[in-house]
Amino acid sequence: MLLNALFEYQFMQNALIAGILASIVCGIIGVIVVEKKLVMMSGGIAHTAYGGVGFGYLIGFEPIIGAFIFAISAAFGIGFIKRRGGARSDVIISLFWSLGMALGIVFIALTPGYPPDLSSYLFGNILSVTRSDLLLMLILTIIVALIISAFFRYWKAYLFDHEFAAILGMKTTFFEYLLLVLVAMTVVVLIRVAGIIMVLSLLTAPAALAALISNKLKSRMLLAIGFGVIFCVAGLWISYEFDVASGACIVILSVISYFAGFLLKTIKARRRKMKLLN
Amino acid sequence: MEAINIDHLYVSYGQSFVLRDVSLQVQEGEFLGIIGPNGGGKSTLLKALLGLLPIDSGKVQIFGEDPLLRKSVVGYTPQFSSVDRRFPISVFEVALTGRMQKGFRPFMKYSQNDKEYAYAQLERVGIEKLYKRQILELSGGEYQRLLIARALAAGPKLLILDEPTASVDAGSREKIYRLLEELNHEMTIVMVTHDLLAISSTVKKLACLNGDLVFHGEPEMNEKIVNELYGCPVDLIAHGVPHRVLQQHEHKGGNGCC
Repeated sequence: MLLNALFEYQFMQNALIAGILASIVCGIIGVIVVEKKLVMMSGGIAHTAYGGVGFGYLIGFEPIIGAFIFAISAAFGIGFIKRRGGARSDVIISLFWSLGMALGIVFIALTPGYPPDLSSYLFGNILSVTRSDLLLMLILTIIVALIISAFFRYWKAYLFDHEFAAILGMKTTFFEYLLLVLVAMTVVVLIRVAGIIMVLSLLTAPAALAALISNKLKSRMLLAIGFGVIFCVAGLWISYEFDVASGACIVILSVISYFAGFLLKTIKARRRKMKLLN
Repeated sequence: MEAINIDHLYVSYGQSFVLRDVSLQVQEGEFLGIIGPNGGGKSTLLKALLGLLPIDSGKVQIFGEDPLLRKSVVGYTPQFSSVDRRFPISVFEVALTGRMQKGFRPFMKYSQNDKEYAYAQLERVGIEKLYKRQILELSGGEYQRLLIARALAAGPKLLILDEPTASVDAGSREKIYRLLEELNHEMTIVMVTHDLLAISSTVKKLACLNGDLVFHGEPEMNEKIVNELYGCPVDLIAHGVPHRVLQQHEHKGGNGCC
């Protein structure tokens, strides 16, 4: 049973805490990312982080720290070039995306000795989360939650209409970069849970599901956190019972849930329409 | 005092200039209408006024100060289509954002005073009954009036509107113009519009923009100006309307250029 395992094994407790932390940042930042159409941007930042993982192995420090540094650099780089209007943002994002992956491969190839197992970074392995991983995740989650909640009304004004916010004297450039940095932090928290390749589904599925239910920014965030926790715990349980990869279970579960929610809402809307017509 | 002073302004996008050598003064208490063809730089001029885009050369001042300093409160009503209507926010919350103060206070909350002020602006534009609604549930006219209420909530001395009557039904349009006339007693207004009927009945001064400033003065234009502005003679006015923008055309039928 999952419950017994939870009390018995440290790694199960770590996994649960990691899942909850990931759900919190996902819920908060995911809603913003979905609303502001920053999904591809987040994907670009996540994949650039792979270069950092490789860099960590090559130089010999925690790969997740490398991922953090690369993700933050990608956030600033994409944000800066986009502001300068140099090229279309999807072009820039795709360039960062593939450059990060390519650098990761080169760094790993240059690393002396046996090549390390990278699948836990690519696909996520919530069961292998270590204490130091947890500490980093905890710090990042607190920073993200604090920055969003402390300036919530500013964020709301900025996200709704950044030009109007600028006219009222808000430093919107600062908020633009800050948001990208928060996305980068979120991605790093998620890498250990869902992996670089599957980060996007954890970022978008709970938020999109919440958007089907609520029309308020704050309740969307809280709902998305709740959905994230459910997906993580249930995914963890399925992966434990059937001995399959945890990241994949969580992702499949969250995607199926979104489609189910979408279908339910469509059917409901159609029924209401039929009722009105009759 | 001059509310707006634009002096030899140049603004470009990439290689081409959108605004060329535009100079324009607006006195306090004026009601200026800006018309011109699409791509003539009307919205660009407003954004330069608001300090939202970099200018190439020249000078822009609002009440004698650089707009980037945000010294004086300016109300801005953007083009209807430029603000995402699917954003999860209520009517009252949108109006409240107008009360946001300069600076950066953690855990900032709007005061009771702010809330009352914002609500009063919703009353003023006549949509206070909808204050709990999500913005997605508003009609075009209601949404447009909400954007005006938000601008008013800032308590501006200068109100800048970008096509406040585009995609609005005739009834709402009339209400919006009456409201603007009333507001003009308290503040200077600058409005970009395509609605030439409104020009003659509402605004006090007119500017015609097509890259450069073609005309600036009383809202009575002659055919020469219109030709220069739109590149061809156009009959701008319906018959039977009390005020005419145009003087009577000398020859009707045009020369086939449009």
